[in-house]
Amino acid sequence: MLHYIVRRILYFIPTLLVIYTVAFLLMRAAPGSPFIQEKGMPEEILEARRAQYYVDRPLYQYSRFAWDLVSLRGMKSIRYPKRNVVHDILAPAVPVSLSLGICALGLAVVIGTAAGVLSAAKPRTLIDYTAMTGAMIGVSQPSFVIATVLMGAFAFMVQWLPVGGWGSPKQLVLPALALSALPAAYIARLVRTGMLEILSADFVRTARSKGLTERRVLLDHALRNAWLPVLGYLGPAAASIFMGSFTIEKIFAIPGVGQHFVDSALHRDHPMILATVLLYAVLLVVFNLLVDVGYAWLDPRIRYE
Amino acid sequence: MSDRTDNGAASEEKDSWDLFQGSGRPPRSPLWLATRRFRRNRLAMTGLALLAVMVLGSLGGLAWNEVARARGRPEPYRHQMTGEHPKPPSLSPFHPFGTDPLGRDLLARTLIGGCTSLGVGLSAAVVSVLIGTLWGTTAGYIGRGVDTVMMRIVDVMYGLPYMLVIILLLVLFAEQPTWLRVVVLFMAIGSVSWLTMARVVRGQVLSLREAEFIQSARAIGSGPVRTIVKELLPNVTGTILVCATLTVPLAILQESFLSFLGLGVPPPLASWGTLASDAVEALNPVEAYWWLLVFPCACLGATLLGLNFVGDGLRDAFDPRSR
Repeated sequence: MLHYIVRRILYFIPTLLVIYTVAFLLMRAAPGSPFIQEKGMPEEILEARRAQYYVDRPLYQYSRFAWDLVSLRGMKSIRYPKRNVVHDILAPAVPVSLSLGICALGLAVVIGTAAGVLSAAKPRTLIDYTAMTGAMIGVSQPSFVIATVLMGAFAFMVQWLPVGGWGSPKQLVLPALALSALPAAYIARLVRTGMLEILSADFVRTARSKGLTERRVLLDHALRNAWLPVLGYLGPAAASIFMGSFTIEKIFAIPGVGQHFVDSALHRDHPMILATVLLYAVLLVVFNLLVDVGYAWLDPRIRYE
Repeated sequence: MSDRTDNGAASEEKDSWDLFQGSGRPPRSPLWLATRRFRRNRLAMTGLALLAVMVLGSLGGLAWNEVARARGRPEPYRHQMTGEHPKPPSLSPFHPFGTDPLGRDLLARTLIGGCTSLGVGLSAAVVSVLIGTLWGTTAGYIGRGVDTVMMRIVDVMYGLPYMLVIILLLVLFAEQPTWLRVVVLFMAIGSVSWLTMARVVRGQVLSLREAEFIQSARAIGSGPVRTIVKELLPNVTGTILVCATLTVPLAILQESFLSFLGLGVPPPLASWGTLASDAVEALNPVEAYWWLLVFPCACLGATLLGLNFVGDGLRDAFDPRSR
């Protein structure tokens, strides 16, 4: 197992290198210059700015940016004139996005699993139909609409929760809920399908006939097996939460990574683009490794050599 | 003696033919069985009906605008009426969905938006079927090094934030005419939606590659292309169809997401995504312009629900275990 983890971590290096290269090429291929707002500048200053970011030396820029990123040294963002070291800008934003994402993912897993188990335990009842209707709404509306509706309901109509901002646990509720809607809906459907299939399996009948309570049959025997596809979905779910967080962070005025990601791409802030892309890629790769390790832990049939 | 044998053989043949006839009907093809299972699935048929309504409505909206243009009148989706706007839904004057802040009829905009959103979904499905299937079958069928390299490419593209790809592509064509930008948007969303298809198809091909019927096809001298087209693909059709159906709602949601970031179709053209995101922007606690949000989102929701129902129905219909 340890061997496997080490090998996977070594595998990160080429993967990240390729992702970095692709992002770099795309970035260079896009028209427009990061210095476009400085049109009024004298030619000499523009020249100096370009030299500062090695724009005219693509190969050197490629390796230099990579080295700056890896060594966590001060790579400078182009857009922010004062506090402009990329790591300084991203450092306070990463924990914000990360905690929002983890909360949303946790919420999605809990809500999705609960809804799936309940509706599979009592199929074709009111509980089942309510849960599945909720899941259907979750997959059929964009997250920014869900966020707006939640905000309208819980922040304006009944004023239980704050409209936006960041800092208190109360401010976390609505964004995490809005962000978790889509993955929760998927998980609910995955769990329900899996549970229904497994509840008709022989070992479940055995468990019932030896007199276990329905609760133990459902949770210990059926859910443990029905949950495996959910684990496989967690990787894409994390990606979708990450993407969704751009809009959610915007709506709820949360100082996360999302704004930097979109803004840097729109403004061709090359160092920032590369930093955010790599940040995203690292998170995704690490998370996928955790998912695979979790797989082996949950399913003893899986062995990594 | 020889006579008898001949007779015997003939009658035996006739018997087996009778037996075959006796079963009541000729053997059903898998596709026929799947179609029957699908048609018996009430939820799936509801989804299909819902989808048909949305498609016909959107096409009707397109026709409405074309007729208006042909008669030299302003197209209703971009015609700005004077007076105070937005107005809530009313039947006279005929604005059943109300009007937007610029005084444009929301019904016409929603229908045109339907064309855009459904177009995005359809093109994503087509791209993912074409590229994803080709990629997946090639990787799965050839195997070994080719498989590893091709699937590593897919893995890397999964890791690459697709938003970046789309944003850069859209920026690349920012100065171009509207129709070209719409095409680029379609292609951009399509270009990131084939990855799942490639993985799914590869998995299926891998499991079928060593099957006996493929081996026998190879044994009688069928080349790789013929084997893939004639033997493999018909057995993967169901999977491809299901995957394509479930790609469409994701693509439509992605388009709405891009619209929210201001990268959707250029105005005055609309999509359900741009309409919803405009409505969210226009929403305020003082005056609730609810119709701006409700109608486009209802259409979006109905379409995505329909697609999900159809996708689930197709999966059940093609699943050999559900026979």
